[in-house]
Amino acid sequence: MSWQIGTVIWINGPVVRVRGSRQVSMLELVEVGDEHLVGEVIGLEGDIITIQVYEETSGMRPGAPVYGTGMPLSVELGPGLLRSIFDGIQRPLPVMEMHTGSFIGRGVHLTPLYRKDRWSFTPQVKAGDTITGGAILGTVPETQALTHRVMAPPEIEGTLTWVAPAGEYTIDEPIARLRTKNGEQELTMLQRWPVRRPRPYRSRLAPAEPLVTGQRVLDTFFPLAKGGAAAIPGGFGAGKTVTQHQIAKWSDAQVVIYIGCGERGNEMTEVLQEFPELVDPRSGRPLMERTVLIANTSNMPVAAREASIYTGITIAEYYRDMGYHVALMADSTSRWAEALREISGRLEEMPAEEGYPAYLAARLAEFYERAGYVETLNGQLGSVSVIGAVSPPGGDFSEPVTQHTKRFIRCFWALDKALASARHFPSVNWLESYSEYVDDVAGWWREQVGRDWQTMRAQAMEILTEESRLQRIVKLVGPDALPDEQRLILETARLLREGFLQQSALDEVDTYSPLQKQIRMLELILHFHQRAQRIIKRGALIVVIHDLPVVTDMMRMKTLVANDQLEKLDDIRKAIDEQMDQLETEYR
Amino acid sequence: MKELLGGQEVIGVARIEGPIVVVQGAGSVGYDEVVEVFDSRGRLRRGRVLEVGEDIAVVEVFAGTTGLSIDDTRVRFLGEPLRIPVTEEMLGRVFDGLGEPIDGGPEPLADHYADINGQPINPTARVYPRDYIQTGISAIDGMNTLVMGQKLPLFSGSGLPHDQLAAQIVRQATLGAPAGEAPSQTAQFAIVFAAMGVKHDVAAYFRDSFAESGALTRVAMFLNLADDPPVERLVTPRAALTLAEYLAFERQMHVLVILTDMTNYCEALRQISNIRGEVPSRKGYPGYLYSDLASMYERTGRIKTSEGSITQLPILTMPNDDITHPVPDLTGYITEGQIVLSRDLTHQDIYPPIAVLPSLSRLMKDGIGEGRTRADHSHLSAQLYAAYAHVQDVRSLASVIGEEELSTVDQQYLQFGRAFEREFIHQGPTENRSIEETLTIGWRLLSMLPQEELTRVSPAELQQYYGKRDATH
Repeated sequence: MSWQIGTVIWINGPVVRVRGSRQVSMLELVEVGDEHLVGEVIGLEGDIITIQVYEETSGMRPGAPVYGTGMPLSVELGPGLLRSIFDGIQRPLPVMEMHTGSFIGRGVHLTPLYRKDRWSFTPQVKAGDTITGGAILGTVPETQALTHRVMAPPEIEGTLTWVAPAGEYTIDEPIARLRTKNGEQELTMLQRWPVRRPRPYRSRLAPAEPLVTGQRVLDTFFPLAKGGAAAIPGGFGAGKTVTQHQIAKWSDAQVVIYIGCGERGNEMTEVLQEFPELVDPRSGRPLMERTVLIANTSNMPVAAREASIYTGITIAEYYRDMGYHVALMADSTSRWAEALREISGRLEEMPAEEGYPAYLAARLAEFYERAGYVETLNGQLGSVSVIGAVSPPGGDFSEPVTQHTKRFIRCFWALDKALASARHFPSVNWLESYSEYVDDVAGWWREQVGRDWQTMRAQAMEILTEESRLQRIVKLVGPDALPDEQRLILETARLLREGFLQQSALDEVDTYSPLQKQIRMLELILHFHQRAQRIIKRGALIVVIHDLPVVTDMMRMKTLVANDQLEKLDDIRKAIDEQMDQLETEYR
Repeated sequence: MKELLGGQEVIGVARIEGPIVVVQGAGSVGYDEVVEVFDSRGRLRRGRVLEVGEDIAVVEVFAGTTGLSIDDTRVRFLGEPLRIPVTEEMLGRVFDGLGEPIDGGPEPLADHYADINGQPINPTARVYPRDYIQTGISAIDGMNTLVMGQKLPLFSGSGLPHDQLAAQIVRQATLGAPAGEAPSQTAQFAIVFAAMGVKHDVAAYFRDSFAESGALTRVAMFLNLADDPPVERLVTPRAALTLAEYLAFERQMHVLVILTDMTNYCEALRQISNIRGEVPSRKGYPGYLYSDLASMYERTGRIKTSEGSITQLPILTMPNDDITHPVPDLTGYITEGQIVLSRDLTHQDIYPPIAVLPSLSRLMKDGIGEGRTRADHSHLSAQLYAAYAHVQDVRSLASVIGEEELSTVDQQYLQFGRAFEREFIHQGPTENRSIEETLTIGWRLLSMLPQEELTRVSPAELQQYYGKRDATH
């Protein structure tokens, strides 16, 4: 439903000015030109309306009509989101392919969710119940991996006068009728929500549970809490995308939203081909069954890139509201910031740093604050964890996007080009990265994993920090000049770096490391260190330690010890003790 | 206002500034449409619309505005975006930067006309590239394998042999086969070559090189040379890619696209942006440089509905060899890796001077391994990387304390490093190594190091390949 609100008077790329109605509201969704290109109102001045257009404007002329819709840019929420791939404004790309072929056409209007699918609905409420917004009306097995909880829209309340019996329904068939103050209202499984407005919840809780990713350097050293926000900055080739893919694959979130924002087309294709084949270690089902993909590649219209982040996080909040833990990856937030900059430049706004608009920090804050661990309107616990990749120009972290992002996240995974060049992956620099969630999740580790993670982590960090100090000396005088106690630090740090921190995304075993394995590997390395320290004190030479056969075993334990055969780690511990005992008898 | 489609003409312009003219009283003009601009003597140049208002149009003139005057300039709006004819007959021909033939031959008989801006490929319509291209160059095949449908730029500097390397790749590229099997001869690459602001010599070098290898009939060249109008450069790569898309996606061909030099392209873009008074981002380049580059680099790949593919090898010279300069930096963020050339290696007379450590092929992981190259390829290359990275540490240490003071193992690393550069990276400009030769050299070099150092390869691989004398050397 749309009506003409004015005509185009000026066009510059994705930004269009229109003269017309004063009744149009900010952020209203509009359709521009005879092709009905999708756009959004971003400025109003008298009767001049400024619009950003989500599609290519080539060939558009002044005088073209513009139509209003009376509603803000919104997403459709309901069963059928999982396994989908959308563009930045939630147009389903596979359906688009059927309409316009291999290339993306213009002015194609498609409903995001397929209307003809019938979903098996089981009610959980009955006529006569009084409900408030967010109440769970029933369930739908959306995929075998996830049950979709059908909720009442957040902002209504009333008494149910009718509830559909269990059965199969399409998303726009009524499943309940509700008597509200304003009269009777039909409820369907489909609802809409404006993307730029956070969905409401009852209360926000402190994050206390880690998002387990199966990546050792992240889980053990720099954990992200469920409901937390993390940033992965790194120059090109540092491994941002692989790290994001690894988290999307192996994290213990129940729903994963992956936003390819201004990135490579082939990367999205890789995800599309790989995820249906990969099996989620927890549910035993293909990863795609818990995943929603949003792809606005670098050559797709820039304004839709700006919107893609909001589209993604709104879908994430929707699953959170059902009581699920959702992980959202945005690759890359820098491209989103650049989209802001491009639009701002075309509006001839006064730039702040490096051409970015002055409201960049405010927009970043709004986005990252939509992460959180909450009690939902229906009393469940759910979370949205946000992991944003940042692509700093030249790998220089002092640029505006990285710096502003750092203010609004609490977990910083700094990727290091030097490590990447040495093929140390994931190239998370252990000295520059930090996590403010360490104390928050320590209790969880104690209860769930049962070992003193925080102490071991601190010991390992101390060795690594000491190593970096010693390496500076080694660079000047060579390792031979160091006393053997310090050379042992170098030796153990090497074990930590190559045997623990390095993790191959391509290796079948090593791609996912369960927490038990992580902590026991760490324990072994520290145990080795302590025993070696004693022997060195008694005068043993470092080469003796270096040449112990068990060192090679520890280097290879990440790949040679299968994740379901952790008892093999006990054998390595035994080997450490035997070989150390042997040395102890030699150096009495 | 009456809408005039096509052919509306305005006499006289309001303002001329650099390559830009501002036209008033044009009525309804489409954004991004083509214009024809005639000077007082009726000579034609072409341009396109950058911005339109109700009564005003901002036009960039590709050939520049020299000789245009306010009153006598006639501007004709053609009512459609810039399109070029596409046909298989364009192979073997030479065109200017706007796609007009300059080899004295007739206008090619168009199969149809295509918009030079193309349209974004739907990610769901793509096929993930997995078939590797054997270039016969060890530093690429062994360490940074090129995959059909990949965009892999050469990051170079002035004075480095990037042209020779690109020409060698073009000469030797074949569809890869598993090690030990003969590469298939059936897949021949069509080559689309776009020159932006390069010297005549460079264009001539490529033409001669194509001719020598007998490839000239499979090459379409789009030349905007150093003394051609800079603004035309903004069209050249797009015209070339439009032809490439036609050949790959409508004619099922495998197409290699060489774009040189992207730095010149970006400078032309900056020039236009500056004149228009746009807010600059880094080093004066416009804020949309990333999106603009992406609109070309992303026109690469494979799609489900065609057997063909587009592989891009853009060449760019890094100003002052600075890899953090916006042009290489933004390129690296869009392309699927990069091949970096090193001045240091050139000074040591190593050709091709590929700096292995900062180079990367993102699609390599899925293009190699069992059934594609060989099962041990992935581990072998990871081990070579790690060892060569350690060589750099040892070298900096040796420069402080002297080689004699190094441990035995580190001395072995030094020897490995020298041999790696001399025997693996270095090869002749006409030397075409099979993938098997490349892998064999890799293992021979690794065998210079003690087994305990080689933790990236599996014990079984060590068993099979470590210390084995090979027949080829």
